[in-house]
Amino acid sequence: MTSLLATYVATRLVHLSPVDLVIVVFYFALVLSIGWYLKGRANTGEDFFMAGREMTAWVAGLSFLSANLGALELMGWAGSAYQYGILATHWYWIGAIPAMLFLALVMMPFYYISKTHSVPGYLKLRFGESSRALSAVSFAFMTVLMSGVNMFAMAKVMQIVLGWDINFSIWVSSLTVAIYVTLGGLRSAIFNEVLQFFLIWAGALLIPILGLYEAGGWTNLKLQIAQRASDQYVHLWSGLGSFTTNPMGIHWTGIVFGLGAVISMGYWTTDFLVVQRILAAKDIRSAEMAPIIGAGFKMMVPFIVILPGLLGLAVLPVKLVPESVATVTGGHSYNDVLPLMLARYCGPGLLGLGVTALIAGFMSGMAGNVSAFTTVWTYDIYRPFINSKGSDHHYVNMGRWTTVIGVLISVGTAYLVMQFASIMDYVQALFSFFIAPLFGTVVLGMLWKRATGPAGFWGLLCGTLSSISMWAWVKVDPSALRYVALSPHAKGLAQDMYQALWSFVVCVVVTVVVSLATKPMSDSQLTGLVYGLTEVPSVGDVPLYQKPLFWAAVVTVVFFVLNIIFW
Amino acid sequence: MISIWFFIGISLAVNGALILAAGIYQLVNPPVSPGVVLFHLHSNVWSGAVLLVFGLIYCFKFAPGRQS
Repeated sequence: MTSLLATYVATRLVHLSPVDLVIVVFYFALVLSIGWYLKGRANTGEDFFMAGREMTAWVAGLSFLSANLGALELMGWAGSAYQYGILATHWYWIGAIPAMLFLALVMMPFYYISKTHSVPGYLKLRFGESSRALSAVSFAFMTVLMSGVNMFAMAKVMQIVLGWDINFSIWVSSLTVAIYVTLGGLRSAIFNEVLQFFLIWAGALLIPILGLYEAGGWTNLKLQIAQRASDQYVHLWSGLGSFTTNPMGIHWTGIVFGLGAVISMGYWTTDFLVVQRILAAKDIRSAEMAPIIGAGFKMMVPFIVILPGLLGLAVLPVKLVPESVATVTGGHSYNDVLPLMLARYCGPGLLGLGVTALIAGFMSGMAGNVSAFTTVWTYDIYRPFINSKGSDHHYVNMGRWTTVIGVLISVGTAYLVMQFASIMDYVQALFSFFIAPLFGTVVLGMLWKRATGPAGFWGLLCGTLSSISMWAWVKVDPSALRYVALSPHAKGLAQDMYQALWSFVVCVVVTVVVSLATKPMSDSQLTGLVYGLTEVPSVGDVPLYQKPLFWAAVVTVVFFVLNIIFW
Repeated sequence: MISIWFFIGISLAVNGALILAAGIYQLVNPPVSPGVVLFHLHSNVWSGAVLLVFGLIYCFKFAPGRQS
């Protein structure tokens, strides 16, 4: 206890007042109350795993975005903005918006009318049991491990920022998530994610407003950044003509084709963690509108994430350094920029709300992981391979137990990472192996009726293995990065972009070749699953301003205007 | 069933009230060392008030008794 208190006093980055603590405690009380209130509305499989499929477009859309808006995401990208400048915005704009619109207009109708419970469930309908098994096992395994890695990382952040004991952070946050998801299922997770979305905005919005006021506006901010760092820190595209003319060491082809066309497509359209929120929509119009609403807000997230990082470059009196250097020197790392800016502007009360926003972001990400894991385990692993004759009530109970067990595995992973820090890098790398090939398999399945069952399986497997091989190659021989990323000047992030691109290409090539060598599936097998053989349901006779296509066009125009403004 | 927006209203209103109260206290009893830059803007007063107003509007509009 004494050492815990000593840690608390000695290392914290910000100091919470009593009113700040009341705000944090109130947040925990409210999320538990919501779970308790919803416990009576999660009695059937459809209720527990799919939130009754009755979410409005706004609730599904904000939840879809919130599940991705984790605290590590907020702090990590604010740190990246400090390190790489406005280039980090690519992960919010070209690295998200086209994919979200593609999900809404092209892929959502197939997910929705197939009435699948999950993305692996769609692969079962389209390609057969082997593809589902490969996808479900890899997803369930990696999701629960990622949840543990994030849990440890967040507990570490809480230790650095607030001085909280790591064990305290891990157990309080994980038990809270376990209680409200076990009680209310996906509906409880979604309700709390929408709440967390508002808290994140309320808690983080003052930093860019007050920061711009202090810096003297955007124009003065750009001048200060140019003086303290480089002019290229405030340009999105103009430095991407070469690997050597931008702080990230990346080429525009990597951003457009690797990030925009493959990685983001893979994440936003096939990662069940986010897609599950949309599957809970009440009708096809809501299911299509939800990702578009999410895209609209996603475009604004750089205001509370990237801008604070840029402001840190201009106004912070200390120079931030990489994590490895900060550990040795005792200084502040890039990832500390958001808490530092929070402490710079936010007094009593506001500081509590900002810290609550970080905790809320962490818990929304964890609840997303746990609820997605629970559904995939129960419907795509337990039911088809272990017990296919259980009642609906039995599967709901399995879901509740899986929630608890999933949280406990996450906690175990968090403690494992605490002992062996390098595991964190491996787990994060492993997760990325599956995303790009899975997108190749799903999109070919939806758009090309000639793709066959064996082709889906082998394409997914070969794409994943190729990604692992490239990663291992660069790990063993770092100079191999010049071949994977096409340049000796490429840096780490460029590897991710090109690795995803090549694994997607391998997946598509193998799928096409195996399809052409195997017997085509009949049209009757593919009805409702493939473009051309499916009558895509209409969103109904609604006014123009209620049509998904109209709002997708609006988002597209804003997307291009923003990219041109910050070119 | 209580609307999600009602819960959000409660959250915004309670947080807004707490932040506003803390801001007014600092306005009446200014600390010797504020600890934050731009203290003179009293951001916790006006932002707390904004949150409180939005929260109360949500609470009123989506109150359980008002829903069909």
